[in-house]
Amino acid sequence: MNTSKPFPWLLALRTVVAWLVTLILFFPLGWLVLTAFKTELQAISVPPLLLFTPTLENFTIVQERSDYLLYAQNSLITSVVSTVLGLALAFPAAYAMVFFKGKYTKDILMWMLSTKMMPAVGALVPVYVMAQTSGLLDTRTGLIILFTLSNLPIMVWMLYSYLKEIPAEILEASRMDGAGLWQEFRYVLLPLTMGGLASTGLLTLVLSWNEAFWSLNLSAANSGTLATLIASYSSPEGLFWAKLSAASFMAIAPIVVFGWFSQKQLVQGLTFGAVK
Amino acid sequence: MNRLLPRALMAPAVISLFLWMIVPLVMTIYFSVIRFNLLSPEKTGFIGLENYAYFVSDPSFGTAVMNTLLLLGSVILITVVVGTLLALLIDAPFPGRGLVRILLISPFFVMPTVNALLWKHMMMNPIYGVLAQVWHFFGATPVDWLTDFPLLSVIIIVAWQWLPFATLIFITSLQSMNREQLEASRMDGANYLQQLRYLYLPHLARSVAIVVMIEMIFLLSVFAEIYTTTGGGPGDASTNVAFLIFKQALLNFDAGVASAGALFAVVLANIAAVFLIRIVGKNLDK
Repeated sequence: MNTSKPFPWLLALRTVVAWLVTLILFFPLGWLVLTAFKTELQAISVPPLLLFTPTLENFTIVQERSDYLLYAQNSLITSVVSTVLGLALAFPAAYAMVFFKGKYTKDILMWMLSTKMMPAVGALVPVYVMAQTSGLLDTRTGLIILFTLSNLPIMVWMLYSYLKEIPAEILEASRMDGAGLWQEFRYVLLPLTMGGLASTGLLTLVLSWNEAFWSLNLSAANSGTLATLIASYSSPEGLFWAKLSAASFMAIAPIVVFGWFSQKQLVQGLTFGAVK
Repeated sequence: MNRLLPRALMAPAVISLFLWMIVPLVMTIYFSVIRFNLLSPEKTGFIGLENYAYFVSDPSFGTAVMNTLLLLGSVILITVVVGTLLALLIDAPFPGRGLVRILLISPFFVMPTVNALLWKHMMMNPIYGVLAQVWHFFGATPVDWLTDFPLLSVIIIVAWQWLPFATLIFITSLQSMNREQLEASRMDGANYLQQLRYLYLPHLARSVAIVVMIEMIFLLSVFAEIYTTTGGGPGDASTNVAFLIFKQALLNFDAGVASAGALFAVVLANIAAVFLIRIVGKNLDK
């Protein structure tokens, strides 16, 4: 603001450069969306087509050929259930850490953070063996457990930073008035932390939906998520870009929109509150 | 009651995370010192450090370590430098800034397998890919990216995906700049370059450190992008340590050797983690 006011040409330059760079960087994604509405022939036309009559046939073909809905259902169930489960585990913990702060609270928080630093591949063999022996290989339950555990540290941290903003006096006042733990939670805490719960949930949903390591290694035909469905388009059997694009478009559209709304939480969640 | 309650509330999260950390770790350590092949489960027994020796002396190991470091270094360099420039560029208001911001950060919300295949097929295909068309347009011979420059291709894909993350963090950090200080410096006759040197960049230093460390942790184990594009090849040309462990475990079925490699990856990640935890820990005291 301070530099652009005296120089209108600087504002113009900034606008042009910013838009140019943005369009270049966004191009691959925009191209994917366009290709989803092309026929296979149009998708590989030389030179590339920008103007064409959009078709919806790819979407129906994807559903028929690879049972898109089954994978979408797996993605939806695993990410929603693991998010709810994670919230149920993380919220009481964060609550206790904020309002019953003890000597070791900080150490516990730091230790939780450190578990998130373990590379998933480090646990691949044991997790695979455990999943196999317990019959959880290629089941939604298995994926739900893994997603919940790997997001738990982030959830505790985010909820901790939200709950920290609530003055303890409010809770004390409600306790003085004779509210039990449940009433305190239901009528005082919950309304005050709705926003925090929602954004924590939103971020976790995005992370689980996009998770690719565990789903690629531990799921197949039964519990495969959309990430694995898309990965199956990796082999170069014929030309199928329009269908790949349609499948991809359906896999990313809802979550990208969610992502736009959760950008702020994403920064806080992924940096563990170190950047605000 | 007052002492039991908080413990009871914390217990489920703490216990499940503790198990999640300790059980795989202990199992990995155990598997790494025994003979453990998923295809021949009858061969067992303690073999000491043989798995480690095998993993480290595997000719792929050196390549994988080099590839991991190259991938890590290049992506961090690209995302931090370009991300800083982008954040500075869109920090000041201009028409359409909100839309630019949304478009810029979108790739980060796209699942890695979609990102990777989008680049593999529609961008980098040597005949029909958009890049090939651009090359043609300028009269150059199109490049067969994934075959001729496999690692570079993976770097481009991963960098494209992580650039929004760095940019987003830098934008967020710039928003907390002290505007009065900036105004004062301008009154005192500081030009933009001086402001950049003495105000903007020092302010960004901490978020740069955080971005570097978080990317280190995630990029050390880049997997899906390699799995869906090059499959680690040709040969080992784009195999990193994470992918090598995967190959040992689920393609060669040698869980023992894979476990030895996994511990190696854990140690690598912990080096980055120690520093990150320090920064975050300092923040907690405030």
